[in-house]
Amino acid sequence: MKLQIATIAALLSAAFTGHALAQKKDVIGISGNELLIGNINPYSGPASAYGTIGRSIAAYFKKVNDEGGVNGYKLNLISYDDSYSPPKTVEMARKLVEQDKVLLIFQSLGTPPNTAIHKYMNAKKVPHLFVATGATKWNDPKRFPWTMGWQPNYQTEARIYAAHILKNKPNAKIAVLYQNDDYGKDYLEGFKAGLGAQAKTMIVKEASYEVTDPTVDSQMAQLQASGADTFFNITTPKFAAQAIRKAWDSGWKPVHYLNNVSASIGTTLRPAGLDKSVGLYTTQYLKDQNDKQWANDPAVIEWTAFMKKYYPDGSLLATENFYGWCVAQSMVQVIKQSGKNLTRENIMKQAASLKDFAPGCLLPGIKINTSATDFAPIESVRLARFDGKDWVGFGEVMGK
Amino acid sequence: MTRHRLIVLAIVLAGATILPLMVSEYRTFQFTLVLVYAIALLGLNMLTGYNGQISLGHGAFYAIGAYCAAILMDKYGVPYWATIPVAGAVCLVAGFLFGLPALRLEGLYLALATFALGVSLPQLLKYHHLEQWTGGVQGITITKPDAPAFLADLGVALNQDQWVYYFTLAVTLVMFVLGWNLLRGRMGRAMVAIRENHIATEAMGVNNAMVKSLTFGISALYTGIAGALGAIAVQFVAPDSFNIFLSITFLIGIVIGGLASIPGAIYGALFIQFVPNIADDISKAAPWAIFGLFLIAFVYALPAGVNGAVQMALARLTRKRQNP
Repeated sequence: MKLQIATIAALLSAAFTGHALAQKKDVIGISGNELLIGNINPYSGPASAYGTIGRSIAAYFKKVNDEGGVNGYKLNLISYDDSYSPPKTVEMARKLVEQDKVLLIFQSLGTPPNTAIHKYMNAKKVPHLFVATGATKWNDPKRFPWTMGWQPNYQTEARIYAAHILKNKPNAKIAVLYQNDDYGKDYLEGFKAGLGAQAKTMIVKEASYEVTDPTVDSQMAQLQASGADTFFNITTPKFAAQAIRKAWDSGWKPVHYLNNVSASIGTTLRPAGLDKSVGLYTTQYLKDQNDKQWANDPAVIEWTAFMKKYYPDGSLLATENFYGWCVAQSMVQVIKQSGKNLTRENIMKQAASLKDFAPGCLLPGIKINTSATDFAPIESVRLARFDGKDWVGFGEVMGK
Repeated sequence: MTRHRLIVLAIVLAGATILPLMVSEYRTFQFTLVLVYAIALLGLNMLTGYNGQISLGHGAFYAIGAYCAAILMDKYGVPYWATIPVAGAVCLVAGFLFGLPALRLEGLYLALATFALGVSLPQLLKYHHLEQWTGGVQGITITKPDAPAFLADLGVALNQDQWVYYFTLAVTLVMFVLGWNLLRGRMGRAMVAIRENHIATEAMGVNNAMVKSLTFGISALYTGIAGALGAIAVQFVAPDSFNIFLSITFLIGIVIGGLASIPGAIYGALFIQFVPNIADDISKAAPWAIFGLFLIAFVYALPAGVNGAVQMALARLTRKRQNP
């Protein structure tokens, strides 16, 4: 009997406190002194390697809270797993918006999952901020005023390769290999726009492949036979490694531009052969925490200390953990700028009013700028050349 | 059907009808998905539970149904309700045709053949010659239907989620009544007989090949209709929505719910809709490990599925009432 009374008392008190909390919730997205920030990440499923981004963001928010929070508020990251499955993303976005009543959704990951909730977030007028995909379509403030990307989009990056070619090799004969989907076409479109009127004459051959293809050997043979001396490689890591190896083995040796998607030394260049990768060009916008040149950089030192204290299980080698820490700082900056006026409208307004924001995780010279007509936060990158061991950045930061 | 069962059925139906008026729009959406999964699970249960053919590729039929609805609505402006029978018919034919050669395969070999179907379909959907219809990896976004105008004229104001729920509920009821009718009749007996002993069944004059192919077709029809309803509820289809895990989830659903039982489809649907969310709430680090624990617990505690346990509990209750 005693037990029963205790249970009833517990239930009643739970009911009353629940009620009290509900009453405090007069502003959407704020519960007591907590800001509710939604997040959707693939903690399971085919893209679960990216799940660690959500964990590093949560760890960073914990650090911010330990240091007193933002504008007197603590950040409460409510993060759900969607297994990279769009129907699940829709369900989780609805849970965050309708049940948890979050202020905004931050860093939902992947092009298909974000496409699934794109219309919904804009119909509900909930900020859909800094989505983790490089597609160009997130920068469309006229049609989708509640959605914003973060990383340099594919077209921005491709334009920079085009500018580099125009400057250094104006008579180049270019061959392009691209993955036949939205990602590959996005890059190709940006590349052609960057070359401008000369695109038609300079690009001598285009070849595409399907993600389902076993190899790109036949495409590489076609491209080589075209007589091109410059090669733009728009492929995902497995195919990038094949293309690098094939270009070397067949004795082609063009000036080789590799998209940032496959710039990882561990997953692309090592399988292709580091000696065969010497001279490759790519672009970077984040510091590489494993690169010796940044070993004494204050931001990298700070990140390492942060990881040890707040996310000791996380890998120090994973770029994703550095990325999560970096993008979370942009989120905190937007909240800081919003001051005490933490409405969804103002959050969106502040996200579109970032001026020369340059957290230490970005390469020197890269600044985040947004405006009511520009929803592309990072629009500049730096070219880098592979020296057989590391990517060595060179030249100016390019882009806007 | 006993009087007790009729009463239970009436209570469940009444509950399902008032449900969207009691809960939030988000919960309504989740329960719509439960109904959708229930139809798919009933379809798979006919094939696997009643007929004994294991399919690891029913996600493919779900995807075909979903794409039928999405393409018809998006490219041809067909109203959402009209896409349901089309999706069903397409899947019936696809399932029947797939069932014909698959007939020669027994048990695990059939499971592998269907697995191949489930694995390959998402990639086929990305194929560039089909892209003008399927939208490639980008998928297709569809508009959520509004409640019909005559309801508003009658003074019944339903929001989109509530309407989609009632529409799905109506389709679910029709499909379950048809399924119940089929399974307790000649066809259902033949299906079970083949599962138990196919040689004896053949000797009884049942056309085994025909029954097995038809079962495959009908099973695909149910799953395809579920896929179309799912697409309408989610408003989006993309190849990534229908990976091989969906097929395996369906199989989990029928085993947990109860093989060869009609209510089992509903229990299974509740399980596959809600348990992964609970697992995610418990642990972000290892949601699948928690899900696995739930699975093992269910299989251990309820070896005949949830339905088996419910039937046993009901039987015990009635016995108690008869001899107190």
